[in-house]
Amino acid sequence: MINTPKNRAISRRTALRGIAGAGAVGLTFNMTKAFAASHTGTVNFYNWDTYIGETTLDDFTAATGIEVQYDLFADNDELFAKLKNGNPGYDLIVPTNDYVEQMVEAKMLTELDHSKIPNMANLDPDFLDPAFDPGRKYSLPYMWGSIGIGYRKSAVSKEPDSWADLYTSDEYAGRMAMLGNGQTVLQMALKLMGKSLNDWSDENVAAAEAMLIAQKSRITAFAPDNGQDLLLAGEVDLAMEWNGDILQVMDEDDDIGYVIPKEGGLLWEDTLCVPVGAPNPEGAHALINYLLDAEVGRDLAEFIYYGTPNAAAKALTSEEYRENPAIFPPAEAVALSETSVYPGQEIVQMIDAAWTRVKAAG
Amino acid sequence: MESWRRSLPVFGAFAGPTTLWLLIFFLIPLGIIWTYSFGENVSLTEIETTWTTSNYARIFEPEIITLFWRTVKLAGIATVICLLIGYPVALVIATADQKWKPWLLLVIILPFWTNLLIRTYALLNILGARGRVNESLRWVWEQFDALFNTLGIDGAMLIGERFQPIGFLGTEMGVVIGLVYVHLPFAVLPIYSALERMDRSYLEASMDLGAGQFRTFFLILVPLTSAGLVTAAIITFIPALGSFLTPDLLGRGQVDMIANVIERQFKRANDWPFGSALSLFLLYITFIVLAIRAVIDMQAAKGRRA
Repeated sequence: MINTPKNRAISRRTALRGIAGAGAVGLTFNMTKAFAASHTGTVNFYNWDTYIGETTLDDFTAATGIEVQYDLFADNDELFAKLKNGNPGYDLIVPTNDYVEQMVEAKMLTELDHSKIPNMANLDPDFLDPAFDPGRKYSLPYMWGSIGIGYRKSAVSKEPDSWADLYTSDEYAGRMAMLGNGQTVLQMALKLMGKSLNDWSDENVAAAEAMLIAQKSRITAFAPDNGQDLLLAGEVDLAMEWNGDILQVMDEDDDIGYVIPKEGGLLWEDTLCVPVGAPNPEGAHALINYLLDAEVGRDLAEFIYYGTPNAAAKALTSEEYRENPAIFPPAEAVALSETSVYPGQEIVQMIDAAWTRVKAAG
Repeated sequence: MESWRRSLPVFGAFAGPTTLWLLIFFLIPLGIIWTYSFGENVSLTEIETTWTTSNYARIFEPEIITLFWRTVKLAGIATVICLLIGYPVALVIATADQKWKPWLLLVIILPFWTNLLIRTYALLNILGARGRVNESLRWVWEQFDALFNTLGIDGAMLIGERFQPIGFLGTEMGVVIGLVYVHLPFAVLPIYSALERMDRSYLEASMDLGAGQFRTFFLILVPLTSAGLVTAAIITFIPALGSFLTPDLLGRGQVDMIANVIERQFKRANDWPFGSALSLFLLYITFIVLAIRAVIDMQAAKGRRA
């Protein structure tokens, strides 16, 4: 069964963010169960919210006899912090590309045994040798997407096809939202400056920081991750956001569009990884292989509505999904965009200091 | 009266669990954070305690000082407003009829029965550009606009071409409203209890001797309940200093307080030593506030003796 987009009430990057921000407990509400059940025959799967098909895991259990214990995290930082002092019992996790690099550096990931994942053959060859994980030793692609600008068509004079509309122009003062993640916000400033979004030289950071401090008063919100809600509610007309989040509100409102600016945006990829200390790596490999199956991949992609890197699965999907430019952006936009490279701990802290200065500015 | 020294087992049975709880869940974790604050990141996952003071030195960078100042300022303003609103409310409850008192107190503590996150989202709903407050104002604006139109007056001069919603969210005002809303019950209760304990005959004496309502309030009532006021101020100010959720949601990333920086150190920046130093610095500010209180108490005690 193919779900209608209306069923996708909330996207995975949004759902638990507010609660996580509160530092509230209970995100991993069934952890004790997860610990208790970590014998052979159970895979402990730690994933983003609303990032799996309705019946995917039950079907997997029916097909293989392996139970799945499913747990949710709200963002990569939570995932990293949870594993920082040792793996509490997870077999399969879903970090984003730059966090794969960070976790490899921290020796948190095990090498995958490709011989146990024959469905790797289904993957689009473009995804088989990324810079963040050469040869796919530690990670396999799950879904991918972009960061661009969501906008209200009736409220803009023209399509906001440049980051300048958000970062330097005053045309939409008081009607703009940016993401709350300092690194990403500074990276798009780098794109506007014509630099690589991974070029963290001191001059670049200083220039991006100055640009944001100058623009800050015109920005309505550095949205923890609800820019799409502000856009839908009419509180802002421009929102820098994840494509999946904008897609979600595009379903509800035809007046909302999504564009990757002409300077290029950010491409991200969420991946399937097995953390060090996984009690059941065999089961994790079986689940990875199952998720990369063509038909399973099709159902998954059409349900969660993110871009699938699975060529065999994509070939089976509906035209409505396959031809959606907000899921699969035009080739030129992809060519101009970049993936974020993990810059190392020192640079991460330098970026945070710059972001704190932006936050402190009056 | 029985001294606790003479019945150690009983005393131990009562004090033991609490002490153990404090030790395991408060003092030991605090000690760990304290050692982290003198540590350095040696890898992505390891912190080595080298007794460096560089984490504390970083607190004196201008942006951190700015954020600490903003934190103290917003918490301070919220505290003053809480006292100004809380005092009359406490006075009404304290002087109310006995049968109403429990109900009035219940109304004050009722918000605690709802999760802070949900209450904050409710405030978002009320204060937003399309929120209840602004929609009500919009309605009023439309009535005036219609009135001016029928009268043939050019109203644009008086009320603007179109309705401009008040931007509460993402401003310091919005954060202060949120802080006052969250902390007001904390201010009311200690003032109420001070008013309850006070001997009412002082007020009667003051009025009998010719002081008016106004003078009685400021010269008799307020000084007599000053202990309650100080407690209310402290119990409001200290939690407000550590507010995270209110600036995060109502401030919309535009009005960060220090707790928002601390959160980032433990997550995004992965710099637990600096985050620990910031947390402890906040604790030191708390100690200073408590020390000021102790000095006030001591002077009050001296005053009574004199």
